[in-house]
Amino acid sequence: MRANIPNYDLRVPASLREALALLASEPGTWQPFAGGTDLMVLLEAGKLSHRHFLSVSKLADLRGIEVSADAVAVGALSTYTEIQNHPVLQREFPLLCSAARETGSIATQNRGTLGGNIVNASPAADSPPALLVYDAEIELVSVRGARWQPVHGFHTGYKKMAIAPDELVRRVRLPRRLKPWRQYYRKVGTRKAQAISKVCFAGAALMEGGTILDIRIALGSVAPVVLRVVKTEDRLRGKKLTPEGIAAVKEIFVSEISPIDDIRSTARYRLRVAQNLLEIFLSQISI
Amino acid sequence: MAEPIARVDIACKVNGEQRRAHVYPMARLLDVLREEFHLTGTKEGCGEGECGACAVLMNGVIVNSCLVPAMQANGEEIRTIEGIANGAQLHAVQEAFLECGGAQCGICTPGMVIAAVALLERHSHPSDAEIREGLAGNLCRCTGYQKIFASVVRACEAVAEKSA
Amino acid sequence: MQEKYFGHSVLRKEGRAKVTGRARYVDDLAFPDSSLEIIYGATVRSHVPRGRIRDIRYEDGIPWDEFTIVTAADIPGKNQIALIEHDQPCLASEYINHPEEAVVLLAHPDKYLLEDARRAVRIDVEPLPAIFTIEDSLAKREIIWGKDNVLKSYLMEKGDVDSAWALADVIIEGEYRTGAQEQLYIENQGMVAVANLSDGVTVWGSLQCPHYVHKALVPVFGLPAEKVRIIQAETGGGFGGKEEYPSIIAAHAALLAWKSGKRVKILYDRAEDMAATTKRHPSRTRHRTGVTRDGKLVAMDIEFVLDGGAYATLSAVVLSRGTIHASGPYSCPNVRVRSQAVATNAPPHGAFRGFGAPQSIFAIERHMDRIARELNLTPEEFRRRNFIRQGQTTATGQVIHEGVDFDALLDRAFRESDYHAKREQFARENPGSAIKRGIGFASFMHGAGFTGSGEVYLASVVEVEATPEGCIRVLAGSTEIGQGANTIFSQIAADTLGIGYDRIEIAQPDTGAVPNSGPTVASRTSMVVGKLVETAALALKKTLVDSGLLCDQCTEAEFVRACGKYIETRGPLRSRSEYQAPPGLFWNDATYSGDAYGTYAWAVYVAEVAVDTATYEARVTDFVAVQEVGKVINPLLAAGQIEGGVAQAIGMALYENVVWRDGRMANGQMTNYIMPTAADIPPIRVFFEEHPYPFGPGGAKGIGELPMDGPQPAILNAIEHAIGISLNEIPATPEVLMDAFAKAAAGKAGGLG
Repeated sequence: MRANIPNYDLRVPASLREALALLASEPGTWQPFAGGTDLMVLLEAGKLSHRHFLSVSKLADLRGIEVSADAVAVGALSTYTEIQNHPVLQREFPLLCSAARETGSIATQNRGTLGGNIVNASPAADSPPALLVYDAEIELVSVRGARWQPVHGFHTGYKKMAIAPDELVRRVRLPRRLKPWRQYYRKVGTRKAQAISKVCFAGAALMEGGTILDIRIALGSVAPVVLRVVKTEDRLRGKKLTPEGIAAVKEIFVSEISPIDDIRSTARYRLRVAQNLLEIFLSQISI
Repeated sequence: MAEPIARVDIACKVNGEQRRAHVYPMARLLDVLREEFHLTGTKEGCGEGECGACAVLMNGVIVNSCLVPAMQANGEEIRTIEGIANGAQLHAVQEAFLECGGAQCGICTPGMVIAAVALLERHSHPSDAEIREGLAGNLCRCTGYQKIFASVVRACEAVAEKSA
Repeated sequence: MQEKYFGHSVLRKEGRAKVTGRARYVDDLAFPDSSLEIIYGATVRSHVPRGRIRDIRYEDGIPWDEFTIVTAADIPGKNQIALIEHDQPCLASEYINHPEEAVVLLAHPDKYLLEDARRAVRIDVEPLPAIFTIEDSLAKREIIWGKDNVLKSYLMEKGDVDSAWALADVIIEGEYRTGAQEQLYIENQGMVAVANLSDGVTVWGSLQCPHYVHKALVPVFGLPAEKVRIIQAETGGGFGGKEEYPSIIAAHAALLAWKSGKRVKILYDRAEDMAATTKRHPSRTRHRTGVTRDGKLVAMDIEFVLDGGAYATLSAVVLSRGTIHASGPYSCPNVRVRSQAVATNAPPHGAFRGFGAPQSIFAIERHMDRIARELNLTPEEFRRRNFIRQGQTTATGQVIHEGVDFDALLDRAFRESDYHAKREQFARENPGSAIKRGIGFASFMHGAGFTGSGEVYLASVVEVEATPEGCIRVLAGSTEIGQGANTIFSQIAADTLGIGYDRIEIAQPDTGAVPNSGPTVASRTSMVVGKLVETAALALKKTLVDSGLLCDQCTEAEFVRACGKYIETRGPLRSRSEYQAPPGLFWNDATYSGDAYGTYAWAVYVAEVAVDTATYEARVTDFVAVQEVGKVINPLLAAGQIEGGVAQAIGMALYENVVWRDGRMANGQMTNYIMPTAADIPPIRVFFEEHPYPFGPGGAKGIGELPMDGPQPAILNAIEHAIGISLNEIPATPEVLMDAFAKAAAGKAGGLG
């Protein structure tokens, strides 16, 4: 345990209004603290640079999963357990449920939240690739009001986000459009459970006959941010898959990702495996 | 040197009893249990939420107490290994661990028992795959897990026998 | 002697405390009868792998006057951790020889402030060139230890290898490597100490060998032996990692206690434990083997090198065991093993289950498959032509007197694993599948107890005493660390005396109260110390019989009454048993030949694997472990040992990779040092054969380390069967497999098919 605990403050605001007011009054001083599964690890490693935290875990406005005709709104405080057990999410958003099920351990899933995962902004996060494929949008709230921001483009660089210091994630909106799409999710970790991903692949395609009407592909752990490989998607959209086509699209795919060597794996490995997963996805959707 | 934050009062229900503590808000629940409440059954194995030795039930679900700040345990219901047996009557999981050799050095055992209890509360007859998934967050270096799996199966049988 | 408990799965003696969370490990210890304040200790360590300490600075912002600060200058006795050589200091004084080397100790009542203070101590080191690999050490790129970096070397010879090449039709070479492995006991290391001149030093801790710690602390404080007392707390796993290292942390806690006058607790967190304590010695083995066309071994020339880290510690003994096991359970008339342990600027490597044997057995068992392939023989046929048999000699010239039957073990292992059918099935199905499956095996042995004259040197003692109520206390320095020692000793004592298991108490290992039964290592506790428990119990009973208070054939009630009567009329009823070497064992230390061990456990393990060609992940899908162990004292505990060892070996083979950066473990977190979870370990099916060993209790042999030796080569043999690529280095991570696939594909593309 490498932290001097008395140096850290954790306040519990009574309401969302109070939380937002505090964030606005001292911008940059307060960081939101949800389930703590990322922040507490940093704390214990002696690597938590922020000292003032706002516990948002009891704020009702940030809880709940609401189903409407055209979308599911997942509260930022939805835990991975809640997500993977929700019947509509299970039926229509299997990639997100797979991601939730493969994040950490059951104990982590009971505490970790979708909102916390998004603002932790890890390039190795398991849920954001699914969110990208589902064209998810994030609702950000502050004293100035609420705004919607697509997840695509929200993460702007390594651990950088398009979020103001006084904003909180309130909900994630998942349009209920991808139900008829063929969907594939694969997380490659260091072991079968409780693993940080080395490569994470989420893909969905709308097929007609053998033709790809529309497609989304997103990956984690192969770039400074979780990303959608839009050039690869463009190359595949409207096409019928052939072996030559797959070979050609691999070249574009490789140019869009930039995996690195790190403590867990190598750039070489990530590059190769990402391509293998792309191939598996494409062969699965063309059946 | 930064000014230390003031301690706060927290109150929570631990193993059915109301307990209070005056602690730093970011103190780990693990340390509050062990040092303030003198419940040393919950163990630290890694301090990073990977080994599960610190697992407790919070509001009925398994969490790693090394990752819960004291402030967020305020007002919650906690059940530790000390609260699993019913007085002198061991829980079926504990009996099974004894009978089937589920504990060797015993350091992972409190967390593992909590995980098994939580698993059986979710699935009364878990499949092989469900047992493995249910215990995957608890590392054991001694047993190779085989007799822990056997203990869970035995505990299910014992519960079923009892209700039969 | 009854056999009410022996051979039965008697419930673990301390099991109830463990399943209820009442067992007290070092961090749980409370001292309610003491008014002495408990303060926390922390260790300030070098970040530099090698250098000369110029200065130690204590930065502003910390109330240093509240702290107890200890450096080498504060050591009352010798600044050394006594083990075999005395080259390792307790605290670095002038030179740093590895990253994480301890330099300054701090203590304070506030453990949080202590952490800030630790970061505020600056150790200014003038760096010196450091070396980190076996190759660099052998090449003497820098001399960092002794005259030539060689911590220890052995030359073990049988027959005449140099002349024997002429007898070989084929000569096959191979090189095999194993990486470091972290013991990863789930309970981090820790000690609590009180120390002062008048009362002496008392230490409580997580440890395997209280008498080792005692031996190390006596010279550090310059106190008489009886003024140093070491007490084992419930210990959460050891696996060798708590064999020698605890002496260091105990010395540190005691030094802080000595200077502060308080009770000091040092508990490592996981990051410190991983980075600073011992790991398994990395190894490199080179084989050069001469065989005849019809598959007979005629010459084995083996070069075995271990990376010992910065100080000698136990490398000499690890090297010894690795050397003796290097040629496997085969009969070969000409064998030479040249082995060396060399120094590098890493924290010293140390004891870990298997202790050199997993390293050298990995090499021979991979090499045997390679030779088989060269000769166009199946792996099993080649081995069958060379298995050692009763009456033949090992590489040390030891005659195997027992009826070892590897053919039978192999047959059983194949039967239980459905080996041949699977071999054929996988070969047939693999071409059409993205998941390639394979099955492979390893045949091996593990010598139980200390090597050669080691057990005689240890001169282990066990005492047994009766209470007035007719209960029996077993006093031994052996520690329960999860393996079941308390239970085994209780079973043996109960059956020997013909009384109930519940009447047996195992005294807490406390050097002030129990004799030195030798360390809890080397697969010796059941076999050697258990035998001493039996003989001590017999001696106690004999005392009662000789006193006329008891007949040889007696009931439990009569025994209990006799104890009470004896104690009442004659005083304490206590007996003592000292180690007696089995007759006919001769070992020559100078020529490294003779009877290396009293006995061996023999085994054949079969591993089934699946390799995912999309992700290059190999996983074990089924595992069969067949071993001959003399006699199974407790089936549940014995199977538990095998299963646990196999799981650790699976980790060593496929998952556990230490990432080194300039001599320091860079991935010292459980997130990044990968140990298998419940989702990763396959079913492990364990089978025992029993040919009683006359000198073990009830015929039992030692088995604690055996399961750590065989799975790694069995798994890599299976991977080779699955993918047709030979891998000779572990851990065989997906990154390694991918590179191997790529290399093999490039080879084919280049027309080398």
